[in-house]
Amino acid sequence: MNSWIDLHALWQIIVVSLICGAGLPALFAVGLRGLSMTRQPVQAGADQERIVGDNPVGIAFAVLCFAVVLAGIAWGIYLIVAGS
Amino acid sequence: MANHVLLAVVVVTALAFDFTNGFHDTGNAMATSIATGALGPRIAVALSGVLNLVGAFLSLSVAATIASGLVDTKLVTLTVVFAGLAGGIIWNLLTWFLGIPSSSSHALIGGVVGSTMAAAGGHAVQWKGLFSKVIIPAGISPIVAVLVASIGTWLVYRLSRGVPEQARSHGFRIGQIGSASMVSLAHGTNDAQKTMGIITLALIANGSINADAKAPFWVILTCALAISLGTYVGGWRVIRTLGKGLVEIDSPQGMAAESSSAAVILLSSHFGYSLSTTHVATGSILGTGLGKKGAEVRWGVAGRMATAWLLTLPAAAVVGAGAYALAHGIGGTGGVIVVLVILIAIAAMIYLRSRRTVVRHDNVNAEWTGNAGAGAVDVPAAA
Repeated sequence: MNSWIDLHALWQIIVVSLICGAGLPALFAVGLRGLSMTRQPVQAGADQERIVGDNPVGIAFAVLCFAVVLAGIAWGIYLIVAGS
Repeated sequence: MANHVLLAVVVVTALAFDFTNGFHDTGNAMATSIATGALGPRIAVALSGVLNLVGAFLSLSVAATIASGLVDTKLVTLTVVFAGLAGGIIWNLLTWFLGIPSSSSHALIGGVVGSTMAAAGGHAVQWKGLFSKVIIPAGISPIVAVLVASIGTWLVYRLSRGVPEQARSHGFRIGQIGSASMVSLAHGTNDAQKTMGIITLALIANGSINADAKAPFWVILTCALAISLGTYVGGWRVIRTLGKGLVEIDSPQGMAAESSSAAVILLSSHFGYSLSTTHVATGSILGTGLGKKGAEVRWGVAGRMATAWLLTLPAAAVVGAGAYALAHGIGGTGGVIVVLVILIAIAAMIYLRSRRTVVRHDNVNAEWTGNAGAGAVDVPAAA
């Protein structure tokens, strides 16, 4: 390998950073979208601050997304503690 | 006896550096959360302080020593460590005064390298280690952070398009609390260990502990407390530049930036690169400005930061070398005391000067005026 730059480590850092650093917030965004889903389209200006909609499928989907995000965070903390 | 005095001075100076490291870097984790209103300014610094404290205890893998592989540790004396710390502290205070997020790690490494060179000549520095462990990663890491954060930001906006504007903003503000906490935790594990390493190095140089010894518990405890306290004090000037100056930030961008920072920092330290958290955080914030359509990136501010980054290593090295030359020229403990007095005087001067243009928790989020002169902090119009 290159003795100045560890390319092997570099590409792993880039790929895993993309998955966790960009993928997890993206998943959070998907969860948020599921959470805010409503059966009827929301009227403009009405109740815009509400995050939780009334679509049970959407909410269940959101819970799943958030669970994966939390698992990602837990894995991150595990990495720190394991300290390897 | 003289050695005990000297050692005590070095340890206290190291903890002072750790403290400046804390407040200089509060913005890395919390600037975007404060800017978007996800957390109140005072709650943000308190949370970050606590998580830095926790983080400092979580892992000790990097604490081996920051200097090994960079300088010939056999040539390092207490005076060298002290002079290096003086270089780091002065550069940290100066950049804080100017509101520039520069790397505390680079300031420390620069100071130690400079004082080692002054003490033992250029051959005592392991240049290859310096390049492959510090300079090249410092060049690459912000680019990776820009990449991850810009892609993350683009994805986040793309995927949350169906969510009403205010609900989205609200939701991401909640998410930001989690992502900012992760950055704080990562900062505690990374940066507190650098000072632990320096104090351990001083103890080894003094013969107080064996060369292969781990950091004693009191070192871990005091370093954790110093960095946490520094974080809590809050480097409001730097927070303002990062949160308001570089890019106008919304909560989805804030969460993307923080997630990117946390991921890059944690993964790099997992692979044994002790990166500058500042470079990564700044890169992420810049990236989040690039990833959102129509977001304004103030390239002038970014350019000023980049200049400061390039200067950090050599500038801290010059101060470190000068401090060593002075302390060594006078000689013995007396020389170190003289330098210490000068260091305190300079620190006091910078602090007093900063009182004229105060940035605090209550004006940190004021509109960016853009009227900062060359390198001066952007002072809110009505303080």
